[in-house]
Amino acid sequence: MDLRFTGAAPSDAERAAVDALLGPPPSGWEGAAERTDGDLRWATGGASAAKDRRDQLLPALHAVNDRVGWISEGALDYICRRLTVAPAEAYGVATFYSLFSVKPRPAKVLHVCTDLACAARGAGALCGDLRSEFGEPGTPVEGAVWQESPCLGLCERAPAALLLRAGGGPAGEQPTGGTSRCSAVIAPATAPALAAATRSPATAPAEPPAAAAVPQAGDPSLVLLKRVGTVDPASLDDYRAAGGYTALRRAFALGPAGVIREVLDAGLVGRGGAAFPTGRKWQATAQQADGPHYLVCNADESEPGTFKDRVLMEGDPFALIEAMTVAGYAIGAERGYLYLRGEYPRAYERLSNALSAARARGLLGADVLGQGYAFDIEIRRGAGAYICGEETAIFNSIEGQRGEPRSKPPFPVEKGLFGKPTAVNNVETLVNVLPILERGGAAFAATGSGSSTGTKLFCVSGQVARPGIYELPFGANLRDLLGLAGPAENLRAVLLGGAAGGFVRPDELDIPLTFEGTRAAGTTLGSGVVLVLDDSVELPRILLRIAEFFRDESCGQCVPCRVGTVRQEEALHRIVDRTGAGAAEDIALMREVGQAMRDASICGLGQTAWNAVESAIDRLGVYK
Amino acid sequence: MTAVPLRLPRRLVEFTLDGQETRVPEGSTILDACRAAGKDIPTLCQGDTLTPKNACRVCVVEVEGARTLAPACSRRAEAGMTVLTDTERARHSRKVVLELLASSTDLSTTPRAAEWLKEYEAKPDRFGPDAARVNEEPKVDNDLYVRDYDKCVLCYKCVDACGEQWQNTFAIAVAGRGFDARISTEHDAPLTDSACVYCGNCIEVCPTGALSFKSEFDMRAAGTWDEPAQTETTTVCAYCGVGCNVTLHVQDNEIVKVTSPHDNPVTHGNLCIKGRFGFQHVQNRV
Ligand SMILES: Cc1cc2nc3c(=O)[nH]c(=O)nc-3n(C[C@H](O)[C@H](O)[C@H](O)COP(=O)(O)O)c2cc1C
Ligand code: SF4
Ligand code: SF4
Ligand code: SF4
Ligand code: FES
Repeated sequence: MDLRFTGAAPSDAERAAVDALLGPPPSGWEGAAERTDGDLRWATGGASAAKDRRDQLLPALHAVNDRVGWISEGALDYICRRLTVAPAEAYGVATFYSLFSVKPRPAKVLHVCTDLACAARGAGALCGDLRSEFGEPGTPVEGAVWQESPCLGLCERAPAALLLRAGGGPAGEQPTGGTSRCSAVIAPATAPALAAATRSPATAPAEPPAAAAVPQAGDPSLVLLKRVGTVDPASLDDYRAAGGYTALRRAFALGPAGVIREVLDAGLVGRGGAAFPTGRKWQATAQQADGPHYLVCNADESEPGTFKDRVLMEGDPFALIEAMTVAGYAIGAERGYLYLRGEYPRAYERLSNALSAARARGLLGADVLGQGYAFDIEIRRGAGAYICGEETAIFNSIEGQRGEPRSKPPFPVEKGLFGKPTAVNNVETLVNVLPILERGGAAFAATGSGSSTGTKLFCVSGQVARPGIYELPFGANLRDLLGLAGPAENLRAVLLGGAAGGFVRPDELDIPLTFEGTRAAGTTLGSGVVLVLDDSVELPRILLRIAEFFRDESCGQCVPCRVGTVRQEEALHRIVDRTGAGAAEDIALMREVGQAMRDASICGLGQTAWNAVESAIDRLGVYK
Repeated sequence: MTAVPLRLPRRLVEFTLDGQETRVPEGSTILDACRAAGKDIPTLCQGDTLTPKNACRVCVVEVEGARTLAPACSRRAEAGMTVLTDTERARHSRKVVLELLASSTDLSTTPRAAEWLKEYEAKPDRFGPDAARVNEEPKVDNDLYVRDYDKCVLCYKCVDACGEQWQNTFAIAVAGRGFDARISTEHDAPLTDSACVYCGNCIEVCPTGALSFKSEFDMRAAGTWDEPAQTETTTVCAYCGVGCNVTLHVQDNEIVKVTSPHDNPVTHGNLCIKGRFGFQHVQNRV
């Protein structure tokens, strides 16, 4: 590899941030400021050593971005020297993620959600206020800058905003290195509240507990949410007192094959959107001769309107740790990666705390529960890219590459993370494994309807009286769910499954909320999004927001999606105030482009980018 | 193609291609099979010397039972598979992909683009005069070659040739995301400040003319580029003992560009700066 550097030097803070992650540089070859005699006689590092370190690229970029707020040429150079990564490649990675900047910017960045649920609850007016107070998004004012953001996963408290401040813990404290950002969630947000929080992030009012997002909290019929709001998410003792870690004990009693059998008997299918049978995925991974095997927990939750995984992770973090341990055991993995959305600071804190507690008690580590099974979990933070939730893009992201999906086959169970057999599972899917083992697969399967077994989390947002996460047995219909949430009076439409899902009409509330029921009705359950819109909402603008989302989040790898999402947005712009014959030509154009995106895109993003718009045209008759 | 080293003959895979029983060596792609059968499938990002990236999606075909279309360039033929290459659905996607590309980038130097646009009745203009374009100015960093990313279809071939697959230099990568993604050096620095070693192997693989010899770029600008009038002579580079093949493209008794045969079993079309650009001495007529 021809490494060539610009010669830009890192600042002391940048160097310290990287060294806090990677340790001090071992030699002048890897960026030490002084060259020793030994350095001049022996070259170290090299391509093969570099290969093993490449996965530290994203954490290193985070370290600098957290500390300084942006990534300078000097910082990027230093990271490249430390990891033996070509600067052009590192630049390509840094510019892939929306939370990073390679241009100077203030330490405080306010992300204001303008996505679906927030748009339905006043984000437009909020942004108007911010414009008059602070100017256009992207304009630095008093050491801060605001920008519009895709869904922040705070939809129950719309309109939402997230403030990230680089460089500091609580006010006045000098960070010594490593991850040192401070964050504040302001939701529901008003312009004055945002202004106050931005001025003084450390004194922003505390967030309500995760249980506030669960209107049913404490209800004895809850399965997945039973501990949210009743058990202290920071305490391992409380978790164990509430029955925690019985599933893992049961797993050890059953052995890996026994665990997989229970999961197969339970009929569990993935909750991340694709509804693939979990037991089959695990079995296929466990059977691979190649090793090591890896487990990846997909906690990238970025589908607009989805916030269930956040509530689970914030409200019951040990459950996910235990479930990952069970899954790792079943598939024969010694290492699990928890890929967490970068915009979830509180979940990061709670999970980090849970991991250290579990390690300290021998529930993770070289000998889990004294059973001779070695397993540990590492959290990897995403950096603002919806596409990294795609199951192969997540591998590239963890490996320190651009988060572009890979083409399949080969499938992850065969060649996944680091080219090795890997099972990728959604947070909610994994948490289901606990009741399966506690009660047995057959008992689990007794709840539900048809091939949709167990309970499901629904993310209800928009114009309802009680937005939040609801847990219902499969088989309940949309009317039952809306009955709980208190629907809008003048219901206009319900979006099921998020931006990649589809709209249904107010006269379709009998649709059973099961995988097969929604499929039969020509729609999808997706990730469990139920976004309720009343007739105060201008649907063409919601569609435009959906199109913008896909345009922004397309990785750009394949033509149908890279250019198709742009053409779709342009057409929706043209017809935003038109109907009938005035819109017909552009609708026909979108149909043609949409068909090609669906048929010829590499991954699910491009394949589904036209779904919601199509359903709004055909089912809701938006432009009639 | 690589001269085949000694090994056991490959097993044959039998599948149905447009209704015809077809047998191809195991590991062949659908595209290999199509080409062997004399079918002309358009391709842009596929390259004979590189691992398929299947990014452009202009080669899609229908595989029976699959939810989506499959890229012929990278999907391997499997026993019992039924493939249809010329269905309405496949042709529709190819047409739209060509329209999307032609409406956003300059395909004027992409070989065969005009022919395919016509064949698939593609109408790039229907996205309207305001359709967003890539809008890049040519980057002329030195006298050797020009990067005109207005013509780039983002096929990743130059990146793969510069990096992992051939040159191991990693001077360029894809930066940015979505429609803003561009081939770029670090911080978009000029080539002369990058790790580029001017082997020109990226030019060799570029399927669009986005990367070109400065000589070609200047002649095109002056309107003097005349490909039919050029001769191609393949000879051996005289600079070092590797003995690479160089193909000299000559117009009006001047070397206007240098390529290298891709089927050379040693070099696969790759050269170094000397073979690629060091031809001036040949035509110093004092
Ligand atoms: C563009 C895109 C984004 C995705 N984002 C997520 C996500 O944020 N979380 C998730 O669990 N699955 C996401 N998925 C689905 C994953 O690819 C994968 O199917 C899932 O993680 C598998 O887990 P499961 O079987 O437990 O559902 C996404 C898929 C696509 C195509
Ligand atoms: S469909 Fe879109 S997101 Fe997926 S690989 Fe293609 S460009 Fe990337
Ligand atoms: S410059 Fe050429 S080779 Fe490189 S991505 Fe663009 S079209 Fe492909
Ligand atoms: S092109 Fe370069 S490597 Fe090849 S023979 Fe000429 S000088 Fe040697
Ligand atoms: S947080 Fe705003 S739409 Fe989800």
